[in-house]
Amino acid sequence: MKLFAFEKCSDISDAVKKTSASDTAQQGANIRFVAGGTTLLDLMKLSVETPDTLVDINRLPLDKIETTRDGGIKIGALVRNSDLANHPYVKSHFPVLSEALLSGASAQLRNMATTGGNLLQKTRCVYFRDTAYPCNKREPGSGCPAIEGDNRTLAILGTSDSCIATNPSDMSVALMALEATIVIKGPGGDREVAINDFFLLPGSTPHIENVLKPGDLITHVVVKPMPAGSRSVYLKLRDRASYEFALASAAVIVQVENGKVSRARIAMGGVGTKPWRSLEAEKALSGSAANEANFRKAAEEALRNAKPQSHNKFKIELAKRCVSHALKMATT
Amino acid sequence: MPATKDKSNSPIGRETKRIDGPLKVTGNAIYTSDHNFPGMLYAVPVGSTIANGSIAKLDTKDAEKMPGVKGVFHRANIGKLFRVAPNSDYNAFSDEDRPPFEDDVVRYYGQYVAVAVADTFEQATAAAEAVKVTYNEKKPNVDTYLTADSKVKVDSERGDAQKAFDAASIKLDETYVTPAETHNVIELHSSVAVYDGTTFTLYETTQGVMNHRNVLCQVLGVEPEHVKVISKFLGSGFGSKITPWPQSALAAALARKLGKPIKIVLSRKMAFHAAGHRPRTQQRVRISADAGGKLTSIQHDYLNHTSILDDYKENCGECTKYFYSCPNVRITTALSRRNIGTPTSMRGPGAVPGLFATESALDELAIKLKMDPIQLRLINEPEKDEDLNIPFASRNLVDCYKTGAEKFGWAKRDPKIGSMKRDGLTLGWGMAGAGWIAERFSAEATVELRNDGTAKVSTGTQDIGTGTYTVLAQVLADKVGLSLEKCEVVLGDSSLPPGPLSGGSMVTASLIPAVAKAAQKAIGTLLSAAVKTPGAKYFGVDQKEMDYTEGMVHKKDESASAGIPFQQVLDSGNFKFILGKGSSESTFAGKPESSKHSYGAHFVEVTWQEEIARLRVSRVVTVIDAGKIINPKAGRNQIEGAVVMGIGMALFEHTNYEPTKGAPLNSNLADYILAVNADVPDLEVHFLEFENKDLNEYGARGIGEIGLAGLAAAIANAVHHATGIRIRELPIKIEDLLV
Repeated sequence: MKLFAFEKCSDISDAVKKTSASDTAQQGANIRFVAGGTTLLDLMKLSVETPDTLVDINRLPLDKIETTRDGGIKIGALVRNSDLANHPYVKSHFPVLSEALLSGASAQLRNMATTGGNLLQKTRCVYFRDTAYPCNKREPGSGCPAIEGDNRTLAILGTSDSCIATNPSDMSVALMALEATIVIKGPGGDREVAINDFFLLPGSTPHIENVLKPGDLITHVVVKPMPAGSRSVYLKLRDRASYEFALASAAVIVQVENGKVSRARIAMGGVGTKPWRSLEAEKALSGSAANEANFRKAAEEALRNAKPQSHNKFKIELAKRCVSHALKMATT
Repeated sequence: MPATKDKSNSPIGRETKRIDGPLKVTGNAIYTSDHNFPGMLYAVPVGSTIANGSIAKLDTKDAEKMPGVKGVFHRANIGKLFRVAPNSDYNAFSDEDRPPFEDDVVRYYGQYVAVAVADTFEQATAAAEAVKVTYNEKKPNVDTYLTADSKVKVDSERGDAQKAFDAASIKLDETYVTPAETHNVIELHSSVAVYDGTTFTLYETTQGVMNHRNVLCQVLGVEPEHVKVISKFLGSGFGSKITPWPQSALAAALARKLGKPIKIVLSRKMAFHAAGHRPRTQQRVRISADAGGKLTSIQHDYLNHTSILDDYKENCGECTKYFYSCPNVRITTALSRRNIGTPTSMRGPGAVPGLFATESALDELAIKLKMDPIQLRLINEPEKDEDLNIPFASRNLVDCYKTGAEKFGWAKRDPKIGSMKRDGLTLGWGMAGAGWIAERFSAEATVELRNDGTAKVSTGTQDIGTGTYTVLAQVLADKVGLSLEKCEVVLGDSSLPPGPLSGGSMVTASLIPAVAKAAQKAIGTLLSAAVKTPGAKYFGVDQKEMDYTEGMVHKKDESASAGIPFQQVLDSGNFKFILGKGSSESTFAGKPESSKHSYGAHFVEVTWQEEIARLRVSRVVTVIDAGKIINPKAGRNQIEGAVVMGIGMALFEHTNYEPTKGAPLNSNLADYILAVNADVPDLEVHFLEFENKDLNEYGARGIGEIGLAGLAAAIANAVHHATGIRIRELPIKIEDLLV
């Protein structure tokens, strides 16, 4: 860990101003926002992140959960994961989000971790987190030992020759199924980005993980209400019963009318280089009878393009069972 | 001389809260890294980032110029450190014999190549990172497939096992594998060293203050009386603190070199490199039986990995020798060298991985025989220790099986694979036996009776979190007939009378005779003082007529209440305290007359949800035959903790050495998966208290390890019952069951 400056900011525009001078908003940024710090401080101790300056945004007025006129919610970027998960309106109207949050980390971490920070959670790939190894995400062009190495927990969807790192977030998977919108304040003003467009695939630039540019501050996450009659489930599969990242998870939101699926939203965690929405599975399921055979077919679609590595082939079948069982749970 | 006359009033066997509990929950228990001294400096080791090769260049220039840095030390400037002479008495031994920086060769990833010292921990950490090391790197060998690099040795042999195996029609030839496991103690290894120009005071986190002193004085090249080791409280050890690791020598050497107190606290990652681990084992088991299930042969050929320099043997055949009646047995062992740090004992060394193999094999054999696995064990129950040809001191394994079966409801088990269901889940029921040695180390203790009406026992052992403080308070309370509150226990200091290593589950059994004799001596001296002090109530009475009961000194022919409180004797004689010394003999010397072990049985239920490949342990019933349980409250806690650790062993834990650099990759608590609270099933622990008195007057034996022995096999057997899949390599992973 190297020495760094720690700055407080007076308001949102000050925060934006202070980080605009950063060389990047992605891996290795020299000026970084810090909120809960549950990922960033770890990575700084590991010398994986080495910012010169941290801009503390904890006092910005972004810690509210508001209901919107259409019955949705507007979540401040600084709302703690525990507050979001336990908010009565979230629990009653967006249970999939609450379940996803509560399946992640530990109570202590959830008390610190924020909504904005969770969206930016870094991969747990062991090679990324250890500077003794090369890593294209940490040092572009240095190589990816994970592809030939220990990749049991790594991604099978959205991978490239440069990177197979898994996005570890649970919350983002639920937000994918909820088709959330990310509100960003940047040097050029406010903009809104659909969550599916927010995350980028690694391709040949795995160090660039999302659309954020220097000075960009996530201020809110907006979620539209689930259509009436929708039922949702977040199912997370892992080795032990708690406190572990997903080997495979699924967030599903399904509407069934007259025994047929009229609308489905299916997103997966633990298997993709980004939180993974499967339009293919949704399409396959839509209009078909709500039964186990069709759930399995949808799951097959979701994993059709999966590319296994040496140690994680099992995740394909595991993810299929996860999606299919989540759909069954949501419809029975 | 019974200090406590009324048996029902005895503290022995009473549910007793830990006497050190309040200190711990209020934060007043001072652990090693809590010690701070004026002028203290922090040292942070630099670990190698290769596992095989040598140091070509060590560039410390940038690091030395950093803020607060007092220096960077390495082979050229640390000063001379020595090796420890061979020792077989477990009182001056180390597992990693090479002192730090002895040469420029790197033999495992994370081996210390330098150490940075600075005013603060952060400065020392930054300096350690700034040390530039250039290596001549060679490809490391961390291969998980083990082959013998040492001569294959025969551990034990009787009859002709191969001949019997060849002749048998019902037989099994399988290989079982247990992975490297890291102890992951919560209190990380740490050393705080203070040197006053003559004497080292070493605050350590150790399972053996005496052993630590006896090792460190050799490493530092000073007389034993110039090294004092203190370890008052430990946040567990599980074997990883039995022998000193290199950071201890570094802290002491730096304290001498710099004339300042030095603190080193390992990171979690460092503890995966240079603080021991349970080595990987690969065990071929061949067994055969006749049609009735009587074993005709057992062959147990095992290998374990060890480091390049040290010969650490994981004694997997320990239980195999005596566990079953079988005329033809052959057990062999060999080592496989790897570029991995030196292995060490981990809770139940030898027996725990060994029983995974043999108790899994017994289950497989039972299935071949279409026989209940308990029945197979009953058929092969021995009448004596057939390895040593001596009687068992106490063996109630059959009772363990029967009690466990009854408590668990084993009679309702349908042996058909996957046939038992509950709430949409498939149930698997499995069982296994457990065994662990029951011996004594030599031990000394003193007991003081004090003029404030209290008593104190002192011995150079330590409480690693298992409850030694409380057990010794109970023994002292019983021996001097005082309430627990009046009994002080002083441990964790090498200047005390030499006490046992907290290893092998032997502290309780070892110390009882020593404490009893010390108390008896102290009481004898007290009675002598009572009759020799002019003017005192019993002055001039023949000492033979005197007695001591529950704190009262009195004549034998009068009731205790007619006597005087013992502190009055001290007051009238102007004694601050009266001291007695006692010792226990080790049971390791000479040929044993009886075969002493503790036994147990585990009954496990797993639930299997095939549609999401979810396996959970839902229920465990454990029956332990470990003699008299001095403190059932702490005793149950020991067994429950061991069972939870066994769930981790069976399903989660393994240290994963990456082949290109040889690093343990999952060297943190997020990636090294241990059982967490949510994994803890319904646990039921039963003790069968057969009081065999071969080891001590209470018939008590230690119980720190036996709870882990056999559990992984019981889980694997249950998994097979649920899924039909036999897993012979731990841990049992989701992918093993996704077929």
